[in-house]
Amino acid sequence: MNPIVQIEQVKKHFGKQEVLKGIDLDINEGEIFGLLGPSGAGKTTLVKQLVGLELPSSGQNKVFNIPMPSLDVIAKIGYMAQSDALYGELTARENLQFFASLYGLNRGRQKDRIQTCMEIVQLSEHTDKQVSNYSGGMKRRLSLAIALLHEPKLLVLDEPTVGIDPVLRKSIWNSFYELKKRGVTIIVTTHVMDEADKCDRLGMIRDGHLIAVGTPQSLKENMNSTSLEDAFLSYGGVN
Amino acid sequence: MRVMALVRRILKQIVRDKRTMALLIMAPILVLTMLHLVFNGDSYTPKIGFVDLPAPLTEQLNEDEATIVEYNSTNKAEIALTERDIDGYIVMSSNSLHLTLEGSDPTINGATMKWLQESLTSMQPDSSAIKLKVDYLHGSSDMSQFDSFGPVLLGFFIFFFVFLIAGVSFLRERTTGTLERLLCSPLRKWEIVVGYVIGFGIFTMIQATIIASYAIYVLGMMMEGAFIYVLVITLLLSLTALTLGVLLSAFANNELQMIQFIPLVIVPQIFFSGLFNLETISDYLSWIGPFTPLYYGADALRNVMIRGYGWGDISIDLLMLTGFSILFMILNILALKKYRSI
Repeated sequence: MNPIVQIEQVKKHFGKQEVLKGIDLDINEGEIFGLLGPSGAGKTTLVKQLVGLELPSSGQNKVFNIPMPSLDVIAKIGYMAQSDALYGELTARENLQFFASLYGLNRGRQKDRIQTCMEIVQLSEHTDKQVSNYSGGMKRRLSLAIALLHEPKLLVLDEPTVGIDPVLRKSIWNSFYELKKRGVTIIVTTHVMDEADKCDRLGMIRDGHLIAVGTPQSLKENMNSTSLEDAFLSYGGVN
Repeated sequence: MRVMALVRRILKQIVRDKRTMALLIMAPILVLTMLHLVFNGDSYTPKIGFVDLPAPLTEQLNEDEATIVEYNSTNKAEIALTERDIDGYIVMSSNSLHLTLEGSDPTINGATMKWLQESLTSMQPDSSAIKLKVDYLHGSSDMSQFDSFGPVLLGFFIFFFVFLIAGVSFLRERTTGTLERLLCSPLRKWEIVVGYVIGFGIFTMIQATIIASYAIYVLGMMMEGAFIYVLVITLLLSLTALTLGVLLSAFANNELQMIQFIPLVIVPQIFFSGLFNLETISDYLSWIGPFTPLYYGADALRNVMIRGYGWGDISIDLLMLTGFSILFMILNILALKKYRSI
């Protein structure tokens, strides 16, 4: 397996507050990797570094074997932030067209990709609605569609399914598996345990430390726990 | 092209937000109209000095609509004029009347002239032989109050509204996370700044054309120079406002904090814009003038609109405005480093 993301000795502090306390992690090509941890654990800080928005205080992140930040690499990553970064005055199509142009998609391909991505997130019939009229869940899905637009080899999704109902969540996860089949690597942050169960491998983060890495199955077995929640507590030294 | 994608998006957003668009165009028009009505309103009763005028003439001049003060020498009248105790004085020399006006306030000039002319025409036919000669201590004829500070206000309102709208829309881009989203696309930092400048530049060009045309052709603001110069000046002035607004939005966390920049950054510029006499400003303050964009914008607008000057006389002002814009643009690109280091 080829590591597509290499996180090497990464530390990050904001002023005196240490958010990441030395993270070492390789993420392999074609896997769905979950970063599991409570809010405030440092998940978002870590994934922001992977997409070039933050710099580590020490250590380095390599994506596609190139140290971040690099504009060439940034163009190959699809990122969905925790907050929906959408232009409410514009329709969904106009938002999609705008971001597609930023990634240099030509008109014909834009049309194709917009249709495909909106089908994946099941928003096709709302494409020409103004985004300010969207519900929270719809905005989340539109953000996901935008991240998928330029067919990135690496998807970084920060809490992608917050506010999305279980049925739709299932269908979105199905589309993640579809993307995985096509060789896309997906990094998902989550604090929902049952969602973490769906990942190929998991990294558990607590207080800026990576406390465990492995498949959901092996993490549970190692700690003799029946649920990921128990495993997380055991690794965190609570049990 | 990526910059054009940004430009198209900005224009679309402006057009969607009807209220903001209306504010940018209608608010300056409304305020200018109100000023027009306020300052070109009721007539003024002039205070006039008579210096040794022959009694028959004094009787004939209409004393009802003016306040008359008599002086026995030109010197004393002159002093009173400088002190602004009177608006003008009249001297009779051989067969002509010589009116000297203080001149700094166009409304008063107009009122005084009107009074004298009306008084003279109402006289007996034989006195029409009297010649009238007019001098100004300051200023010139044919100028209304609105004309004298209209250009400054035109520049000011365009500056003010563009500053506010551009600042707030960039602030929104920061607070909603879309700026961060832009920066995790391959878009370069300078492309964001240039995209904003072009997007708002196109809009402000339309805005400036509408507002300036309205002020000049509908309200009849004095316009001695070429219209194209007014457009160039207002465009450069609004680019300065735009880049300054975007820059300051980096130091605001919400819309209210953006508004807080108005008394700090916008209002003081009025003092140095030429609306108040620059020479009478205290030395402790007057050095600030050359550091404010409106100082140059208003000077250029006055030069074109009142004095009818052309390219040669406004080029330094335009250069300074361009310099301000470029400086602010560079600072903007540097400020974006906070979000992405490359």
